[in-house]
Amino acid sequence: MSLKYEDVIEKYEPVLGLEVHVELGTASKMFCGCNTIFGAEPNTQTCPVCLGLPGALPVVNEKAIEYTIMIGLALNCSIAPFSRFARKNYFYPDMPKNFQTSQYDEPICVNGFLDVEIDTDEGIKKFRVEIERVHMEEDTGKSLHMGGATGRIHGADYSLLDYNRAGIPLVEIVTKIVPGTGKYAPEVARAYVAELRDILRSLNVSDVKMEQGSLRCDANVSLRLIGSDVLGTRSETKNVNSLRSVERAVRGEMIRHAELLNKGERVVQETRHFQEDTGLTRSGRSKEQAEDYRYFPEPDLVPIVPDAIWIETLRAALPEKPSTHRKRLQEAWAVPDKEMASMINADVLEIVEETVNLGADPTKARGWWLGEIARIANEKEVAATDLPITPKDVAEIVALVATGALTDKLARQVIEAVIAGEGRPSEVIEKRGIKVVSDDGALMVAIEKAISAQPDVAEKVRGGNVPAAGALIGAVMKETKGQADAAKVRELLLKHLGQ
Amino acid sequence: MAGISRDDVANLARLARIDMAPAELDHLASELGVILNAVARVQEVAGQDVPPTSHPLPLQNVYRKDEVIQSLTPEAALSAAPASEGQRFKVPKILGEEA
Ligand SMILES: [Zn+2]
Repeated sequence: MSLKYEDVIEKYEPVLGLEVHVELGTASKMFCGCNTIFGAEPNTQTCPVCLGLPGALPVVNEKAIEYTIMIGLALNCSIAPFSRFARKNYFYPDMPKNFQTSQYDEPICVNGFLDVEIDTDEGIKKFRVEIERVHMEEDTGKSLHMGGATGRIHGADYSLLDYNRAGIPLVEIVTKIVPGTGKYAPEVARAYVAELRDILRSLNVSDVKMEQGSLRCDANVSLRLIGSDVLGTRSETKNVNSLRSVERAVRGEMIRHAELLNKGERVVQETRHFQEDTGLTRSGRSKEQAEDYRYFPEPDLVPIVPDAIWIETLRAALPEKPSTHRKRLQEAWAVPDKEMASMINADVLEIVEETVNLGADPTKARGWWLGEIARIANEKEVAATDLPITPKDVAEIVALVATGALTDKLARQVIEAVIAGEGRPSEVIEKRGIKVVSDDGALMVAIEKAISAQPDVAEKVRGGNVPAAGALIGAVMKETKGQADAAKVRELLLKHLGQ
Repeated sequence: MAGISRDDVANLARLARIDMAPAELDHLASELGVILNAVARVQEVAGQDVPPTSHPLPLQNVYRKDEVIQSLTPEAALSAAPASEGQRFKVPKILGEEA
């Protein structure tokens, strides 16, 4: 019997810490000129540098440093006047060098913050998440564990390595501990990652695709008794690959910790792996024994001493903050707070904006993305933005409804068909022969039929009971398979019945 | 310069995945201590006013442009691998660790 979340927060105060890794969108790798294309054939993007072959010398990609400074500035960090790379030594074959080039005590950016807002029953609440550091490192290769049943390390007979990803520039953004979120910890974690993602996207420094791993979140959670100063033992949950999962992982870990603590057991300090299917975490590597990566300054790379003019030029060129951008959109579209929050929560704001930019009315665009499309996305358990329907499709549908070429009901059919892969809206309409029946003659046939089927209702309408006409209009719509323009039907029907 | 204890050596051996017999640990603890002390004498040359350095040359900000160059072919990349499968490097199973 698992503990209820309400019982957890009544007794414990969660303390969050979030580490986000983001792959930068540079054309070439961090220390060599290999390509960085996602999904390339295994080991087609490697060279002596990223394979760690003897004698190969790394050289820093200037663009990666520029992107990292931009990220630091956007997160209100100080840019270090002097920083260095370090070797993080470990024995795991995902880095062929036996170390990862990273930064240790001299990161590029330090001491920033990011404000996030969440929508709660008590209204919009703001939280400030303090950033400890933003540092540069390189991504690791990808392992496939072979043999065994689960594709996991345990039970595997051997592993296969693809080093295409090894050496892709990676930025790690580490928060300070985030106290004081109380019961909102899961939502704050999610909002932080979402806001960070939006900032990174606005900077155009990464494609920030969580599902492809270009943005990855590790969530550290611990609990302390309310009123106590003593921090609990933390667990570090990895592999959290969607915004929804960030929220689920934090909530799940809070409950798991509380169950252990209530039983008088202790929380083990370890990494845990989030499992998308169950929403639970499973035990990974123990961190009870202090890790010892024997960091030392990388002798093959020289220090980074960014020029003040460079920094100020980058600062001056920073794009509009996503939060400012949202406020502007909200005003321009005249959207109430709650509706705005629903769009942010459903992660459709950007796609609604694209739809509006293609000429659609903001209210209509929002209606479709939050309505029919979100409903289908929910059914399929994917994000609305991942469905095979584009802002262009929706803008086209909105335009067709506006001119009367589609009714709302027909528009829903078109959306379903587009998502089912039947083609673009115009093709669906053509293939399915969808058209609004507005021909008076055809509509009158259906109206006569409806009246003769329900003569008593028709009599009521004749007698002045106009609302009763709804039943007849419904019958006509059913008869015409939703292809009739309901307003037109109503007009013809009432006229026919002398109203 | 402090010496190096038998426990230090045992810990380093664990980190480096080197299996060492008790006699080897004893032997290396004293031997590494002598080596470290010899190297430590270099530090006597540098006074308090000399900052520690990681590079012998006074260079900073050495960068390359973000340009893609030709990578190795997968065949060339895998040519020095002890084993491969499916165009990937094949390694023995990894015990008890997950990155
Ligand atoms: Zn390379």
